[in-house]
Amino acid sequence: MKHRTFFWFILPTLTAMVLFIALPIVSVFIQSLHIEHEHVLVVSKSCDPFGCIETTTIDQEATAQLRKEKPLGRFNGFKTYTNRSHLAFAEVGEAWRTSDGLPAFLNDVFNLPFYRALVFTLTYTFVVTPFVLILGLAVAVGVNNLPKLFKGPTIFVSLLPMIVTPLVGALTLFWMVDGDGVIGATLQRIFNDPSLSLKASGPLTWITVITYGIWHLLPFSFIVFYAGLQTVPMDTLESAMIDGASKWEQMIHVIVPHLMPLVTFITLILLMDNFRVFEPIIGLSAEAHASSLSVIIFNELRESGRPLFGAAGATSMMTIIGVAILLTPVLIRTWRDFNRKGH
Amino acid sequence: MKLKSIITAVAIVGLMASLAFSADCGPKGKSVRILGSDFPAIHAVAGTAKINCEANANEFTVTHKDDTRLIMNAALKPNPAEYTSVIVANSTLTQLMNEDLIRPLNDLVEKYGAHLKPSQLITLDGKVMAVAFMANSQHLFTRKDILAKAGVTKTPATLEEVLDAAEKIRAAGIMEYPIVTNLKVGWNIGEVFNLFFLAHGGTHFKPGSAVPNINNEKGVAALNSMKALAEYAHPDHLTQASNETQGLWEAGKAAIGIMWGSRGAVILDEEGSSKEVTSNTVLSAAPTVGGGSIPAATLWWDGITIAKNIPDDDAEATFAALVSAMTPEMVAEHNDDAVWLIDGFKPGPAAAGVSATARAGAASYPLIPYIGPMHEALGVELVDFLKGNESAEQALADAEAAYTNAAKEKGFLK
Repeated sequence: MKHRTFFWFILPTLTAMVLFIALPIVSVFIQSLHIEHEHVLVVSKSCDPFGCIETTTIDQEATAQLRKEKPLGRFNGFKTYTNRSHLAFAEVGEAWRTSDGLPAFLNDVFNLPFYRALVFTLTYTFVVTPFVLILGLAVAVGVNNLPKLFKGPTIFVSLLPMIVTPLVGALTLFWMVDGDGVIGATLQRIFNDPSLSLKASGPLTWITVITYGIWHLLPFSFIVFYAGLQTVPMDTLESAMIDGASKWEQMIHVIVPHLMPLVTFITLILLMDNFRVFEPIIGLSAEAHASSLSVIIFNELRESGRPLFGAAGATSMMTIIGVAILLTPVLIRTWRDFNRKGH
Repeated sequence: MKLKSIITAVAIVGLMASLAFSADCGPKGKSVRILGSDFPAIHAVAGTAKINCEANANEFTVTHKDDTRLIMNAALKPNPAEYTSVIVANSTLTQLMNEDLIRPLNDLVEKYGAHLKPSQLITLDGKVMAVAFMANSQHLFTRKDILAKAGVTKTPATLEEVLDAAEKIRAAGIMEYPIVTNLKVGWNIGEVFNLFFLAHGGTHFKPGSAVPNINNEKGVAALNSMKALAEYAHPDHLTQASNETQGLWEAGKAAIGIMWGSRGAVILDEEGSSKEVTSNTVLSAAPTVGGGSIPAATLWWDGITIAKNIPDDDAEATFAALVSAMTPEMVAEHNDDAVWLIDGFKPGPAAAGVSATARAGAASYPLIPYIGPMHEALGVELVDFLKGNESAEQALADAEAAYTNAAKEKGFLK
């Protein structure tokens, strides 16, 4: 292709990518380097139906002047990234110097919001992803072997978890695991422990959130694998059968290698999806025991009266970096495979 | 018969028309757009204002939404603003004032507010920023039948008595977890800390500055009070907010509660609960702590504000319409919907708790520009102490550190 033709061919894509991907990221990055102007505070007397007290208010005129001069706020460099709400370099260093032994150090570090969120986010990602991959393949193979009559309805029912809005699904589970709910009450009976509560204990909350994640994402990997199974070459399969391969051997040596590109694809999507886990934590009111980077961003932006744009920007940038780090091994592998096939 | 009913109908319509005519609605043909939360008292005020003044205005809309605090700043920022009035409470007034989105009302009060009580006016350095019409606070709910069964004859008035009663109920085998209170992680747990911190005589900030002042013996005492209560609350307490605690109460699964006064009427009505629960529920003042006399509660008011970024005539018409609703007649019609601060209010059983708490001298929720980030930090950082993972001092130090961070980014601290 001529350079000129190539340029015109790629232009629409390039424009869309710059407008919808590059520019927003750059703007979030610039925002993350700034913090708000100092407010000019004045002491004043306030009265309400219950009495009068001394209080503090903002001197609006002086503050408005500052804001007009520099609408982006004060330049803060990377200090938002390194402060206590994020990477907390000073606090981690302090913990390293003062704590005796690794457990005490880790305890201090996991007390910091960013690292606490990171631990749960990574655990969630690395448990949910393999489970969804393996179970999805199992369900796809199972459905593929069903008689034709049942296939349609089974596929439809298997897709339901994905159709349910994540927040609604999580809320439903929240009430089911309640002490009076069907799952909570059953577990109490099985273990004969009336005070057993899935919401009060940290590990049980983690298990609940992770179970929810697997349930919700399973249909995605199932349907992709199911589509892939329709393309398995019949002659390879038949020759394997003639060679005396069992069902299991056919699965391992013929079907799985054939589906490998799909495994890479699903892994990529799942890693990205799971790293920004959010809805189950909110829906299951699990903030006491589990937190994630997205939950931190949500907390920073939630109140319209006092959103922390800089902090939210910094957490967003670090989420992007986190996803990039997670995806690197998978991408390197894909690149190698691609090159090998190219030669 | 038919004629009679027609005459009555005409008479009623005429009466209403004359009432509407009698209200002073300010300049004619203006636009009135009100935003308020979605609960009965606000329906009463905004609805009455609409009946009184709709005919006088060119446009008269009332929007009710949950969580108005999440949208009100964005709605008032453009010029002209999306709404001419937002109905606020203590905490949301600060939020609007921090961004200079509402106007002083002194001249309007002078012109239209002759019937308002001076105590209804929320003033800052003499500037009227809001006009309050109802009060709210947390207070004690008790089940007198269960307390009597456990051998407690007097309604508990102090935290120590509350804990003692809870222990007796547990010891008698009536309930394992007799206490309910809103300890859900986030805003609610932060608010419970505020109650006990203020009752122990604490102040959130060093005087005249934004420097936090919670990591001290008063903060520790407040946390210990919370933990003592949580011992008797259901193990799921960190996930329970108003809807859950109200549910437990109406299901008869709790005997002592510290809940919002605005839930009083809802709990005492016939819906959602049994006669046994409603007839035995007693509403009283929030408990005091540590031998002090201040109830562990924050007093809240709801009131009207007028947007800054709107034409003066619209502001005048909006204010006139809203204060025209703050009359003894409106209160008489909606007496049990709220604890009204307006003349003519007759406190019923549902209002007993809030009235008693206010009389006993509870503190108002702090009207300080940087209370927001503080409340947020408390909501996130205190939970580790209640879970038993860390000491009270550590939890308070964490909360101060988280607040300091946010306050620095917001420009309140250097």
